[in-house]
Amino acid sequence: MKYLVLIYGNPASRAAWAGMTDAQKADGLRAYQRFHQELAGTGERIVSERLAAPELTKQVHVRSDGVSTTDGPFAEVKEQLAGFYLLECDSEARALELAARIPEAPYATIEVRPVMGLTGDVDFEL
Amino acid sequence: MIENVLRDLTPQVVTALVRRYGDFSKCEDAVQEALLAAAVQWPRDGVPDNPKAWLITTASRRRIEMWRSEAARIRREETVAALEPPPSSEPVVQDDTLTLVLMCCHPALTRPSQVALTLRAVGGLTTAEIARAFLVPEPTIGQRISRAKQKLRGAQFVLPPPDELPGRVAAVLQVLYLVFTEGHTASAGDAVNRVELTAEAIRLARQLHARLPEDGEVTGLLALMLLTDARRPARTGPGGVPIPLADQDRSRWDASAIAEGSALIEHALTTAAVGPYQLQAAIAAVHDEAPTADETDWPQILLLYDLLRQLAPGPMVTLNRLVALARVEGPAAALAELDALDLDHYRVDVVRAHLLDLSGDPDGARACYRRAARRTLSLPEREYLESRGLPDMPGK
Repeated sequence: MKYLVLIYGNPASRAAWAGMTDAQKADGLRAYQRFHQELAGTGERIVSERLAAPELTKQVHVRSDGVSTTDGPFAEVKEQLAGFYLLECDSEARALELAARIPEAPYATIEVRPVMGLTGDVDFEL
Repeated sequence: MIENVLRDLTPQVVTALVRRYGDFSKCEDAVQEALLAAAVQWPRDGVPDNPKAWLITTASRRRIEMWRSEAARIRREETVAALEPPPSSEPVVQDDTLTLVLMCCHPALTRPSQVALTLRAVGGLTTAEIARAFLVPEPTIGQRISRAKQKLRGAQFVLPPPDELPGRVAAVLQVLYLVFTEGHTASAGDAVNRVELTAEAIRLARQLHARLPEDGEVTGLLALMLLTDARRPARTGPGGVPIPLADQDRSRWDASAIAEGSALIEHALTTAAVGPYQLQAAIAAVHDEAPTADETDWPQILLLYDLLRQLAPGPMVTLNRLVALARVEGPAAALAELDALDLDHYRVDVVRAHLLDLSGDPDGARACYRRAARRTLSLPEREYLESRGLPDMPGK
C-alpha cells in the first residue's frame, strides 16, 4: 500500500527552526539521515523531498483566455507544505507509525493519505 | 517457452547450489546471473540438451568467481583451492524445493520480503519484473530482497522440525495467496509488461502441492486459486471495471479450471482436516458450479460461511456471510445483523447498498454506493461503485 505523507510547516515551526543553533540544526539533519537509512533498509521509502520556501511558490492558472501565473506566498495560509514522503507500507498503522517518527513531526502538522491503486480484496465478491 | 523452462528450473538450481556451497544469499545471486545469461544465450544458440545442468554449471562458475574476488580481497587464496566447479553430469537426487520455499517465507522476514524473495528465488523472476508487477520502484524490491538475505544469514538450509512444519507451511500459503490476490484484482488494462502474478501464484502452489499432496490446506489454496481464476475472463468489463458475480457471463468461465479445482477440493475435504482455504475453495466451487446466478445453492454457501466464521473470523467473512444470509432468509434479516456490526470499512456500505437494493430501496442503495465509492482505494472499483450510485443506470 502506498501512502503520501505531507509535512506542513507553520509560523511556529519555522520560527523554531530559525531559532536553533547550528549544532541543533546539524542534530536535526542527522536525525533525518538516520531515519532515511532505516527506511532504505526496509525499502519503505519510495521517494521523499523537502520543498523550497513557500514564497517561491508559483500558481499556474489555465483559463479560456490563456495561461497566467501568480506568485506565492499566500499570506492568509498559515500552514505551508514543507516536504513529503511517498511510502510503501504494509498497513495504514505502519504508515502512521513512520509519519510520527519524522524528526520535525513535533513541530509540524503531518497528513497521511492513502494512494489509490488497482487492487481490491479478492475474497470479497458480490 | 524458454522463460517457463527457466522459471521451473530455478528452485532446483538454487537448491543444488546451496547444497554445494552453502550461503543461500550468494548462491541465489549467482543463479540470477545464470538465468540472465540463459535468457540471452538460449534464444540465440539454442536450448542446451540438459538445461538444468547448464544452469547449475553456469551459476556454480559465477559463484566461484564471486568467491575468488572476495578471496582476493581478503587474501585467503587457500579457500579457493577447495572449490572446483562440479561436474555438470552430477545427478541431483534430492528435491529441496520445499526447503527453499520455507526458507524464503522464514518467520524472521516481513511479509513483503517473503513475497519478493519467494518470487525471485523460487519463481525465478527478476527484481525488475517483481517491481513492475507490484507497481513499485525496482530499488524498493531490491532492498527488500537484500534485507531479507541479511536476516537469513546463518539460517540452516534444512527442513524445519515436524512440529514446526504446519506453521511454516501456513506462512507460505499466505505469501502465495498474497501474490495471487495482487494479480487477481489488478485490471487487465494495465497488464502491459506485468508478469501474470495469478499464473505465477498458481504455478508455485502446484509445486507446493506436488511436495505436500496430503496437506488439505495446500490443496485447498490451489483449488481456491483455480476456482477464482476460472472466473477471470468474465469478472471485469472494459477498463477493468468489476462485474458482479450475478451479472457475469458464465459461458466465459474456464470450465477446465473449474473441473480441476472442484476435483481438488472434493478430495481435500474428504481426506484432510478442514481449514479456511478449503472452505473458501468450497464456496468458490458452489458458485462456479451454478449454471446461473439464480440457481446458486445459497443455503450451502451460508453453511460454509458459518463454518468459516468459526474457523477464521474476519470482516470479509462476516460481510460475505450476510450476502448469503440475505439470499436464504431475506434482506431484512441480513440488514438487522449488519446494523448490529461494529465494523468501520467501506465494504459495509457496499453490502448495505446491495441489501437495500434487494429490499426495494434503490435510493438508499445509491446513497450507500456513493459513500463506498468515496472510501475505496481501488480505482476500477471506485468507477464501478460510482456508476452504481448514479440514478437510473441501465442494466442494473
